[in-house]
Amino acid sequence: MGQQINTVQSTAVPLNMENIDTDQIIPARFLKATTRDGFGKNLFRDWRFNSDGTTKPGFLLNNPIYKGRILIAGKNFGCGSSREHAAWAIKDFGFDVVVSSFFADIFKSNALNNFLLPVTVSENFLQALFKVIEDDPLTEIAVDLPAQTITIVGDGLQESFEINPYKKSCLLNGYDDIDYLLSIRKEIEKFETSRN
Amino acid sequence: MSRTIFDKIWDRHVIQSIKDGPSVLYIDKHFIHEVTSPQAFAGLKKRNIGVLRPGQIVATADHNVPTLHQELPIKEELSRLQVETLKKNCADFGIELYGLGHPYQGIVHVIGPELGITQPGMTIVCGDSHTSTHGAFGAIAFGIGTSEVEMVMATQCLLQSKPKLMRINIDGDLHTGVVSKDIILYIISKISSSGATGYFVEYAGSAIRKLSMEARMTICNMSIEMGARGGMIAPDEITFEYLRGRVFSPNGQDWEYKLACWKELHTDEDAVFDKEIHTDASEIEPMITYGTNPGMGIGVTGHIPALSEIGEKEKNSFEKSVQYMGLEPGSRIKGKKVDYVFIGSCTNSRIEDLRMVAEFVKGKKKADHVEVWVVPGSKQVEKEAIREGIHHIFEQAGFQLRQPGCSACLGMNEDKIPAGKYCISTSNRNFEGRQGPNARTMLASPLTAAAAAITGEVSDIREFI
Ligand code: SF4
Repeated sequence: MGQQINTVQSTAVPLNMENIDTDQIIPARFLKATTRDGFGKNLFRDWRFNSDGTTKPGFLLNNPIYKGRILIAGKNFGCGSSREHAAWAIKDFGFDVVVSSFFADIFKSNALNNFLLPVTVSENFLQALFKVIEDDPLTEIAVDLPAQTITIVGDGLQESFEINPYKKSCLLNGYDDIDYLLSIRKEIEKFETSRN
Repeated sequence: MSRTIFDKIWDRHVIQSIKDGPSVLYIDKHFIHEVTSPQAFAGLKKRNIGVLRPGQIVATADHNVPTLHQELPIKEELSRLQVETLKKNCADFGIELYGLGHPYQGIVHVIGPELGITQPGMTIVCGDSHTSTHGAFGAIAFGIGTSEVEMVMATQCLLQSKPKLMRINIDGDLHTGVVSKDIILYIISKISSSGATGYFVEYAGSAIRKLSMEARMTICNMSIEMGARGGMIAPDEITFEYLRGRVFSPNGQDWEYKLACWKELHTDEDAVFDKEIHTDASEIEPMITYGTNPGMGIGVTGHIPALSEIGEKEKNSFEKSVQYMGLEPGSRIKGKKVDYVFIGSCTNSRIEDLRMVAEFVKGKKKADHVEVWVVPGSKQVEKEAIREGIHHIFEQAGFQLRQPGCSACLGMNEDKIPAGKYCISTSNRNFEGRQGPNARTMLASPLTAAAAAITGEVSDIREFI
C-alpha cells in the first residue's frame, strides 16, 4: 500500500465519550459507495451536522481550536458494526492515530489494516489526556511507534503501549497482511490437499 | 490435554503460526453482500489477482434492498449501483449469487443456516459483525472488515491471533413469555456492551441445550453486542436434526461420515476457560432496552436507572443517551407509547419468530397509532409463512408483511423510522440513528414487540398469555 507509520506529533481532538460505535463514526446511509475514498466528509455526520446540512456548533470537530492528527476517545471505541468505512473515514479526515482506553476488536484490526494506529492507554492516562487538552487545546501529543510510547509534550507524562510485534513491523515497513498471505500460497494449497 | 470446542476447530484450521504474531487461519466458508465487498473486489482487480476458491464463497443482496416491489428496478440510484456491482463482480469472479428474485435470497445470516451451508466444525467469515450467528452450529464464525474480505478472497486465509475464551453457562428453566432474545439481552445488560471484548464465547448449560436452532442463533447473533469476537454452541441432536435434508447438507454416506465428525465437537469436561459466567434462567424477565447501546437493557417491569445509580465516568454517556431517547432517568418504561414495531433482522426474522408472533397475534388487531412491519429474513421464510397462512393472520391484525432484507435494522433502504419516533425492534442495535436519523429504538423479543403492537405501548407479555 505504500503507507507507513513511525512517529506522530500533533495537537489532538478529545472526544470524551464512551462506547462510540461505528454507526456514529459513519452512519449506514453513507455506506453506498463502491470505492474507499471520500468518507472523511461524513465522519460523525449526525453529530457534526443538522439534517438540513448546517453544522452543529457545539460538536468538538466543528470547533476550529481542536485539530490535529490524533483522535482521543473514551472507552470501547469502535464497537458495533464491522464496517471498515469507519476506519477509512477517520483516516480520510486526517487522523493517523486513535487513542482510547479500550477498542472494539474488529475496529482495531480494520484500523491496523489501514495504517491508522490504535493506541490503548490506561484509563488514568486517558483522563489525564482529556484534562490537559481541556486546559490547553494546543497541547501536543507525541506517539512513537518504534519505542511504543505516548507522551504529553511539555509536561513529560508518558505511558508505553502494547502492539503485536508482527503488526508493528507491518506498520513501520508499509506491509499488509495480504502481501504475506499471497507469499505462502504453496503452503495454503498443501494444507487443502492434506485435508481432502 | 483437555480442549474446548473452540480449540479443536481452531487447531484444525491453523496452517502456520508467525513467531510473536498471529496464525494463518484457513477459512472454509465466506459469505459476502453488496455493502462491504465492492472495495475488496476493486482491490483484487488493482492487484491483478483472482479469487482463490470461488466455490467457497456465497453472495446475497440484503442490506440495501427494498422490501416492497422487489420485482421492480431499485429506485435509489446508489443502492442500485451497489447491488449491480455485486452482480457484476460475482459474474466476473465466478461466485454464486443469490440476488434479488432468487428463491434463496435473504439476509446473509439467515440463508447460510437455512440452506445448510453453515455446518459444525467450520470456520466462517463475512464482512458483517453478526456473522457470529453461525456459531450456533458449533462453528468458529466471526465478522471481518473489507481488507480482510479481500484477503480471504485472494488466499482463503486470514491472519488471526487466538482470542481469549469465555464460557457463559445458563441453567434452569425459562419462565413463560421469556425467550432466547431475553436471555441474550439480559446477559449483555449484566456484563455491558464491552464485557466480552477480546473473547470468543461458548454458551452452555441446560437452558441452552433446550433451545431450538433458531433460538440459539438469536443468542449467538448478539455476541458481538457485548464485544465478543463471536459466540458458539456445541452441536447436538437438535443441530443435526435441523441440518438433515437441507439443500447443501451432506447426504448419504457423506452425511454419516460428517455426523460422526460433528459428534466429536464439544468441550472436554475439564477444559479451562479464561473467564466463566453462570446464570440462572429463572432470573430472566422479558427484557427491553431504554438507551443507545445494547447493554442498556432492563426487565420490562423495571425502571430506568436513576442518575445516582450511574458511575461518575459513565454519567456523560448515560445522560446523552437517555436524552436522545427522550426518557427520564429513574422512570418506568412499561406503558411508554410506541409508534413503530419492527419484527425482522438477522436476530429475529426466522420462521420460528414469525410463527411465535402469529400465534400470539391471531385474532387480535394492532393499536391504531402503531405501524407494524414484519420483514422475513429470506425468500424461503417468506414462502413458508405464506404456505402456513401466517400472512393472513398478519393482514387481519393490520401488520405489513414485507419482502426479505435487512430493512429497518439499519435503515439503508427506504425503511426508516422517522426522527423522534419510538420503535420496538427485534433487531440487535439501538445505536443513535441506527434505524434512521434521530429514530429511537427499543430492542426486545418478538413476543414483547408483538404485545406492543397490539397495545400500542411497552407491555409485559406475561399479562397476556
Ligand atoms: S439484519 Fe441488521 S444486523 Fe443483520 S446483517 Fe442486516 S444490517 Fe446487519
